[in-house]
Amino acid sequence: MTDSNAFLGLLTILVLAVFVGFEVISKVPTTLHTPLMSATNAIHGIVLIGAMVTIAALFGSGVHSPLLVGAATAAVTLGAINVFGGFAVTERMLQMFRRKDNAPK
Amino acid sequence: MILTVVVALIDLVAIVLFILGLHYLNSPAHARQGNRMAMLGMAIALIAAAWQTAGGAWLWIVFGVVLGGTIGIFAALRVKMTAMPQMVALYNGAGGGAAALIAFVEYYVQTNGTSSLYPVVSVSLVLSAIIGAISFAGSIIAFLKLQELMTGRPVTYPGQQFVNAIVALAIVSLGAWLIIATIQPAAAMHAASAIHLAAWAFPALLGVALLLGVLFVLPIGGADMPVVISLLNSFTGLAVAIAGFELGSSLLIICGALVGASGTLLTVLMGKAMNRPLTNVLFGAFGAAGGSDTGTSTSGSGGPQNIRSASADDVAVMLAYAQKVIIVPGYGMAVAQAQHSVKALADQLEKRGVTVKYAIHPVAGRMPGHMNVLLAEANVPYPALLDMEDVNPEFPTTDVALVIGANDVTNPAARNVASSPIYGMPILDVDKAHNVIVLKRSMRSGFAGIENPLYEMPNCSMLFGDAKASVDALTAAVKAL
Repeated sequence: MTDSNAFLGLLTILVLAVFVGFEVISKVPTTLHTPLMSATNAIHGIVLIGAMVTIAALFGSGVHSPLLVGAATAAVTLGAINVFGGFAVTERMLQMFRRKDNAPK
Repeated sequence: MILTVVVALIDLVAIVLFILGLHYLNSPAHARQGNRMAMLGMAIALIAAAWQTAGGAWLWIVFGVVLGGTIGIFAALRVKMTAMPQMVALYNGAGGGAAALIAFVEYYVQTNGTSSLYPVVSVSLVLSAIIGAISFAGSIIAFLKLQELMTGRPVTYPGQQFVNAIVALAIVSLGAWLIIATIQPAAAMHAASAIHLAAWAFPALLGVALLLGVLFVLPIGGADMPVVISLLNSFTGLAVAIAGFELGSSLLIICGALVGASGTLLTVLMGKAMNRPLTNVLFGAFGAAGGSDTGTSTSGSGGPQNIRSASADDVAVMLAYAQKVIIVPGYGMAVAQAQHSVKALADQLEKRGVTVKYAIHPVAGRMPGHMNVLLAEANVPYPALLDMEDVNPEFPTTDVALVIGANDVTNPAARNVASSPIYGMPILDVDKAHNVIVLKRSMRSGFAGIENPLYEMPNCSMLFGDAKASVDALTAAVKAL
């Protein structure tokens, strides 16, 4: 992030994304609020990509120490927990929602 | 150059898929497609990022992804639906922790020992470290409370607000000093030494932010967890969005913004459902007063005398010959893992021609939508679950309202006792049903520690015992009729 134009561009994106978020999320019915939360857990797992960029930058820079490598790897791990766990648990919940009672009696 | 453009385009497709995915969550009928779309978006974004990543970091990335992926999937497949609130708390914490760790590492990479930082980078590093760390530590405390590894009651001590204010002040001043020290471009020698100092201040900042995360969740009681989990969700989204500024990534900014918006919206909804402003939830230590009370001491001065206790057989007769029964589930149903038993009872009643519906209060349980997921797990079709505003007009024509482990959300004091702590909170009007049966373990007041006048009303009877055992007994008794 170098110049102020780039910053203003990203700030614009942030503000617009917040509005899109409110608009889309406000349509989610209360019955799906728990899967919504776990799905957003998976989506903020995008931080995994941030962690990948960071650990690559760390190895490209002159400062890498075991502590920093450990911290960056931990960030990758936590991000991966979010991505894989978030989507898996959302899928597991959503497949339980059904319109009609078709359970074996 | 071409690589960068292609990756940016792939990221754009991923963003569209995320937004469409969330959009498809607008109905249970096609929500799974939504989740699949978001998954696809994540997959292509990760592949694009991997393609762009070069250098000796690969081993560590693969290690982290395999480890985290295994933990994540294992936990997702093993977790009980009743434990979903603590699961989501941990996932919130993971995202916040990752954002804080990224800020920690980026700080050293970008200053590289001596260089000063662009103001935007410096501010975002500090902010995402603070918010991410608060979210991480707060989520861990929320997890410990929900998992009952520590008390679910508010933890309070004298001068608590003062201590929190001091810690918050320490964070603000440390953060401000770090920003000023790292963006100082003038006088190279001076700047270098300031950055050297700041290298020590950054872990200190993380430490104080972690402390605040712990302290701010400690005084919040179990019944307020739906608000806290939603709030921590929005914090994590915010931390991820800010991490996007330090890395110059619109992908992180947009995803963080979507999650932040979702968490904020849910926080507001939960606050409205309790008719309490967020400040009251966060600083009110709601339910602390009832913390030391036992059932006998609260009812010591005369107390509730007109409680009618019914037997399972009496209640079964009432249910079996009713036309319409509304089941009101609460946290007690989750604790007793009674959702499958409830469904079995409803099946028995429906076999006899009784109409059975479910009334879901927005803050029933420990997170938004908690009851809906439990009943979905037990195979209750979602159209049978009614929101508060849809179900309340139905109570006057309901023969039996069966309250299973819910307390405060049915308390008529919220309607007419101005001195009650929950006065003004929208409630389920179960007292307007012809008969109310309350399944409860004992006469102890609910999490919020408030007496419930419902139990003394002439149309109300209590069926004491574990929710699952009571419901099973009812099912057996209905079957035997």
